[in-house]
Amino acid sequence: MLLIRCPYCEEERPELEFRNAGEAHIARSANMAGESDDDFEKFFFIRSNPKGIIYERWRHMHGCARFFNAVRDTVTDKFVMTYKAGEPKPSKLPKNSNEVVAK
Amino acid sequence: MIGAFRIPGAGRFKQAKTARFSFDGQSYTGIEGDTLASALLANGVHLVGRSFKYHRPRGILSAGAEEPNALVEIKRDAARKTPNVRATVQELYDGLDAQSQNRWPSLSFDVSAVNDFASPLFSAGFYYKTFMWPKAAWKSLYEPKIRAAAGLGVSPDQPDPDHYSSRYAHCEVLVLGGGAAGIAAALAAAETGVRVILADEQAEFGGSLRFESGAKIDGQDGFAWAQGAVAKLAAMDNVRVLSRTTAFGYYAQNFVGLVERVSDHLKTPGHDLARERLWQVRAKRVVLASGAIERHMVFADNDRPGVMLAGAARTYLNHYGVAVGKNVGVYTANDSAYAAAIDLKKAGINVAAIVDLRDNPTGPAIDEARALGIEVNFGRAVIRAGGKLRVSSMTVQPKNGGGERTIPVDAILMSAGWTPSVHLFSQSRGKVAFNDETKRFVPGTYAQDCVSVGACNGTDGLSATIDEAYAAGAKSAKDAGAKTAKGTKPKVDASENWSRGMLGAAPGAGPDTTVKAFVDFQNDVAAKDIRQAVHEGMRSIEHVKRFTTNGMATDQGKTSNMHGLAIAAETLGKPIPEVGLTTFRAPYTPVTFGAIVSHARGPLFDPTRKTAIHPWAEAQGAVFEDVGQWKRAWYFPKAGEDMHAAVDRECVAVRKTAGLFDASTLGKIEVVGPDAAKFMELLYTNPWEKLEPGRCRYGIMLREDGFIYDDGVVGRLAPDRFHVTTTTGGAPRVMNHMEDYLQTEFPHLNVWLTSITEQWAVIAVQGPKSRDIIAPLVEGIDMSDEALPHMSVREGKICGVPTRLFRMSFTGERGFEVNVPADYGQAVWEALWAQGQKHGAAAYGTEAMHVLRAEKGYIIVGQDTDGTVTPNDAGLDWAVGKKKADFVGIRGLTRPDLVAKGRKQLVGLKTKDPKVVLEEGAQIVEDPRQAIPMKMIGHVTSSYWSENCGRSIAVALVAGGRDRMGDTLFVPMPNGAIEVEVASMVFFDETGGRLNG
Repeated sequence: MLLIRCPYCEEERPELEFRNAGEAHIARSANMAGESDDDFEKFFFIRSNPKGIIYERWRHMHGCARFFNAVRDTVTDKFVMTYKAGEPKPSKLPKNSNEVVAK
Repeated sequence: MIGAFRIPGAGRFKQAKTARFSFDGQSYTGIEGDTLASALLANGVHLVGRSFKYHRPRGILSAGAEEPNALVEIKRDAARKTPNVRATVQELYDGLDAQSQNRWPSLSFDVSAVNDFASPLFSAGFYYKTFMWPKAAWKSLYEPKIRAAAGLGVSPDQPDPDHYSSRYAHCEVLVLGGGAAGIAAALAAAETGVRVILADEQAEFGGSLRFESGAKIDGQDGFAWAQGAVAKLAAMDNVRVLSRTTAFGYYAQNFVGLVERVSDHLKTPGHDLARERLWQVRAKRVVLASGAIERHMVFADNDRPGVMLAGAARTYLNHYGVAVGKNVGVYTANDSAYAAAIDLKKAGINVAAIVDLRDNPTGPAIDEARALGIEVNFGRAVIRAGGKLRVSSMTVQPKNGGGERTIPVDAILMSAGWTPSVHLFSQSRGKVAFNDETKRFVPGTYAQDCVSVGACNGTDGLSATIDEAYAAGAKSAKDAGAKTAKGTKPKVDASENWSRGMLGAAPGAGPDTTVKAFVDFQNDVAAKDIRQAVHEGMRSIEHVKRFTTNGMATDQGKTSNMHGLAIAAETLGKPIPEVGLTTFRAPYTPVTFGAIVSHARGPLFDPTRKTAIHPWAEAQGAVFEDVGQWKRAWYFPKAGEDMHAAVDRECVAVRKTAGLFDASTLGKIEVVGPDAAKFMELLYTNPWEKLEPGRCRYGIMLREDGFIYDDGVVGRLAPDRFHVTTTTGGAPRVMNHMEDYLQTEFPHLNVWLTSITEQWAVIAVQGPKSRDIIAPLVEGIDMSDEALPHMSVREGKICGVPTRLFRMSFTGERGFEVNVPADYGQAVWEALWAQGQKHGAAAYGTEAMHVLRAEKGYIIVGQDTDGTVTPNDAGLDWAVGKKKADFVGIRGLTRPDLVAKGRKQLVGLKTKDPKVVLEEGAQIVEDPRQAIPMKMIGHVTSSYWSENCGRSIAVALVAGGRDRMGDTLFVPMPNGAIEVEVASMVFFDETGGRLNG
């Protein structure tokens, strides 16, 4: 069972308290109704599914109930870092990816 | 003396009590502290089982968890029958009842042993080849027959009456394995004061100190030192010592699963004791001290009872005081077996000969063996074991060929060397590395915060082991935050040293293809099978493993993996590391389902939710149905009524007078804040800004793809407060969906969401007399149609308690939904019920609710929709705000496929024969005479007998359904096609006049 650091609670908690909520940083258009078919396809259907670093959303379901973002390695399952919803995609990842860092 | 093979003065059970036990109905006597295996051996019993495939007689190979052969059924009573228990780990208790397995009619005469002679049929991969024709016979004939003939124990056929417990634990240092290394590491860590857990699978700590006679630590015999050290650890507040506890799985971030066998060793476990306890431990650092497992020699008929590992024979002698024979032979490729020969010889057992495959080994063990007068042969191999139900001889030959010599023996002790137990390390996702010099895989690259010490790390010798383990224990504690260390390292005064050995087949294993030189005893895989797999094209060890099933039995190849790998590598002509090691997976040893499930079974498997009105419904004799976790009253049968009669009566009563319905399970969410209306605009298709406080609206929620996600009536209590209802099953996901958008997409909106499902009990009062029933109990609300029209909500009091009174209808009748605080739910219900009785009202359940809403064409999301239905498909386009600039799903609704012609639309269906009730889920076709497979144009989503309509009614999703009004379609069923007419979904009161009736 993984340990996940909630950036709101500022604590590592067991995976059981969390729910995955899909890929992060997929912006919903401010002009949703005006999106082209292609753009809507990208927004709704296309996901990156990488081998390696993934940016994804989690919810601290049985804790503070907040949604937040996480950087995880899909090969090792390790969380590289977590950060609050709305914060930009980190441009640099921490060197020691074993360490779960708080923003 | 307990048992003819118990040696006076040997072993550690000086004052032990005797224990009677039975094996296959025969009574024996052992002593407390024995395992079933040691007790059987003490009585001269070696034959304990039949093998998996060939039904060959099998004995006891080992003295520990790696045992592949000695699997028995332990029976306490009719329900407590545990199959496949390893006799080498089952502790003896007085009255223990064990049965051998996989034999008929008896262990010594097993008719299926004919498989042994027919074995060419059963070679590697036989089931892929032999039984392929005719194809249909595989399922009906071959597979069941093979499964019946093969296999081991029989599953118990009654529910498990025992209880199991489960605990979480946290510590700084978790030490797995309680031999010399584990104890030393635990001492070092514990002395710093951090929390330490030390676990070992055996009843007694000590590991290989149980059999070593040459170890001395801190001036004491090694085993005695171990007992003292563990007692000291157990007395420390910061240390938890767990015996009989196996670490079976190493998971992410130092999360380790352990199972503690709490009462399997007790004569009468008692109800207050769990059978097993699951420990889920999160450790900052893990010290792996799992030791090493001895390998057997691979030669012909090496599975005869009496052929066993040398270290096991030594354990039986030095720990249990049991001689495994009177005239033993030894076959080895390393020094450790000499120690077994020496100990047995000193205990007065004749050692017929030591056969050593090595050419000219030297060392103190060899010298001592010779000094004791034991015949030692170098450069020779045991090419065959004689005997059947018990080994009777060993045939020896120079390893490069030459004259054979047969030596009579009643046991063969063998050792091909020791395999480091890297199972847990490998489970932690660490990568092993092959040491070419010592021919073993040892921990290489670590993936987690753990460290391997001692034999499992390939460290040879007690001094080096204790040095390494003590340092690792101290460092682990320090890395986990320990400040001080004040202990002293145990001092090794004397130790035994050995290493090396051989991998793969010895000369007695072939090369011919009929010799059964077993590699994997439990799955009956011989050296020839592995060679055959390579010859048939398997190249990767993963393929060889699956083709031969080598290492795939419940022992997970603890003794066989390295031999199998070496034989495959040799046949392939490749070095071992290039062929690769198979991945070790949890569990290390089998774990019961009970330990994993623990208390989460029966009523505790999933929470049961009951409404405030549940006790009343129960007292009325309601029949309940499960809706998600909720128990809901399904119908209220009166004496003599079946379900149909009850539902018909309830449906008629609602339309004639009134009915009371417990709607408390409906999901309820309060949306509050200055931006509440803006939020509602975004989450629902409908417009909300202009909905006046005190009014209600039927809302539809979509996903971004444009499909209906949920629906429900929403009341606006105030400009900044909405009382939202959801479907019963949809409440949690709707809440999640709302929170998701509020937190991540629309965080600028100032809104709070609160789940109020359980705060309010909801009593629906529906029917022409509903107002008459409610009105006398209500204070502060004008109940007139002008003041409280259909689809409105007021706050006031009922029976003196606060209420949110909704005027709404899910039946098509004048109706109300009375929300009261849940604590008052039953009292208000009873008051309303008393009023209702004056008017002839009935209580109705979910089935009548379904029928009544279907009569009106009101859909149920999740029954009439399935996640591919748009508001237009459901005929609900009117609920989508046409002037809105945005809402979730607005873009999805205009996707090309969602606006295409011919989509499936919800319509009503009337059977031509009004008495026929369609089956929900039945398919619909245009022409029932077309060839199969027919073109299906839709399916029935809801279907009921409607007593109010005097006929059956149905709702269906039909392609282009609204353009087919009046058309005849067909529902093909096994007994012929049913003719139906496409109709309006509103079957009753088409004008809707009764809402105010």
